[in-house]
Amino acid sequence: MIVAERKPFEEIKALVKDFNRVLTVGCGTCVAVCLAGGEKEVGILNTELTIARKVDGNPIELGGVTVERQCDMEFLDELDGMIDQYDALISLACGAGIQFLAERFPDKPVLPGVNTTFIGANRDVGWYEEKCRACGNCCLGLTGGICPVTMCAKSLFNGPCGGTNHESCEISPDQPCAWHMIYERLSKQNRLDSIIEIFPPNDWLNTTPRTIVQPAYKERKAAR
Amino acid sequence: MKSGSNLEKILRAGHFAFTGELGPPRGADIDAVRKKAKFLVGSVDMVNITDNQTAMVRMSSWAASLIAIEEGLEPNYQMVCRDRNRLAMQGDILGASALGVRNILCLSGDHMQFGDHPYAKGVFDIDSIQLIYMVKKMRDEGKFLGGADIDTPPKLFIGGAANPFADPFEWRVYRLAKKIKAGADFIQTQCVYNMKKMREWIKQANDMGLTEKVYILAGVTPMKSLGMARYMKLKVPGMEVPDDVIKRLQGVEKKKQADEGIKMACEQIEEFKEMKGLAGVHLMAIEWEHKVPEIAERADMLPRPEV
Repeated sequence: MIVAERKPFEEIKALVKDFNRVLTVGCGTCVAVCLAGGEKEVGILNTELTIARKVDGNPIELGGVTVERQCDMEFLDELDGMIDQYDALISLACGAGIQFLAERFPDKPVLPGVNTTFIGANRDVGWYEEKCRACGNCCLGLTGGICPVTMCAKSLFNGPCGGTNHESCEISPDQPCAWHMIYERLSKQNRLDSIIEIFPPNDWLNTTPRTIVQPAYKERKAAR
Repeated sequence: MKSGSNLEKILRAGHFAFTGELGPPRGADIDAVRKKAKFLVGSVDMVNITDNQTAMVRMSSWAASLIAIEEGLEPNYQMVCRDRNRLAMQGDILGASALGVRNILCLSGDHMQFGDHPYAKGVFDIDSIQLIYMVKKMRDEGKFLGGADIDTPPKLFIGGAANPFADPFEWRVYRLAKKIKAGADFIQTQCVYNMKKMREWIKQANDMGLTEKVYILAGVTPMKSLGMARYMKLKVPGMEVPDDVIKRLQGVEKKKQADEGIKMACEQIEEFKEMKGLAGVHLMAIEWEHKVPEIAERADMLPRPEV
């Protein structure tokens, strides 16, 4: 899932300082699961903003709504009747959701309430780890199911580098060395052959905005 | 001859090579480079010019390499993958070769987090093994990485680094093999303190026939003090300093520790001269360039051969 973190309160407060009627829009999917931008977080943020603006003698009128997914236009339709009464929107969705919301309502300022952080997994309640950089060229089949692009601080394809500190990365004793893990796992599977060959320079496919249209829907896209 | 560098000639002639290191200054002072270079002329066969080492901004490696050439020193142009992409690298490689640089050392580079710009974007477009492969392709095939022809290919003796002491130890010799397969002509190792592990690693390399395909120079850094030894042991990733090194320095009074450090380095060099599979020593006298002539003398490495 996409993992996000709520922005520091003072930053959000500064973003809405010129607005008096603001709608906070949560997202019920990834950011709700990672406790950053779901229904509960919409309520908490609105409460904090209400109190802070009252203390400042500049009260704000806030609304809150959480849609199923902000990254899907059809779920944004339900906001149609609500938007006019607000000067601005805060989105607690990931960067994709925020941009879709801004595109759907181009006349309204749409402000981010979270920092979209990574594609990750749930290690435990409230504990998420980055696992994928969406490089577009998956090599996990050769590296024992451990991503060197994401998990190695230098994204090395032919590691480990000389900075491996016991079993940790040179950047921190708390960060396991990706290539040490890759070696250990492949060694146990008797598959070290897959990393003895030199990985050639990677074709980085994530340097331009990407669009995917599944083959069955190409005609549909062409007709739009 | 692949490059015609002094180092290549010395190694091909069968001499035991002795190389040094020069860290460029954190400023635009050309005299700072000249001053360090003067200590090294005549004492070493080639000098590594570091590239923003420990991720601290310094005078660029290629510029300091050119100053070294003016001073009569042969540079080993260090290039890290951290700071530039494949376009910038290939451009710099052509420029360095055009201006007379004949050796290059291909490195991953320390992570940005260690330096004075911890939130810089790390480039790592290619890694050190891919960089070795790229330089070889440019030199031997006369082609850019992208496949286009180079009208005048660069002439460089290609180096890589090896750290026999970082985990997983069993994999290190295979990583060496990958660097050789990618195109490394010579290898300089991390500073050696654990001689037992070094002997074991070289034996593995001998057994795999790797030392017949590449020239390996063992890294030596003399300890200037007990404090430095402790720092290297605890703070430098991938560095292994056994307790007996610490104990030996503890056993001498403080003002004699530097001398003891040099004595220990000379003892190591003596053993390396006899070690099958080694072709030389790379002396990294960190911010101690003025001591290099004395160390070279005491290690019986002078005069350097003329080839």
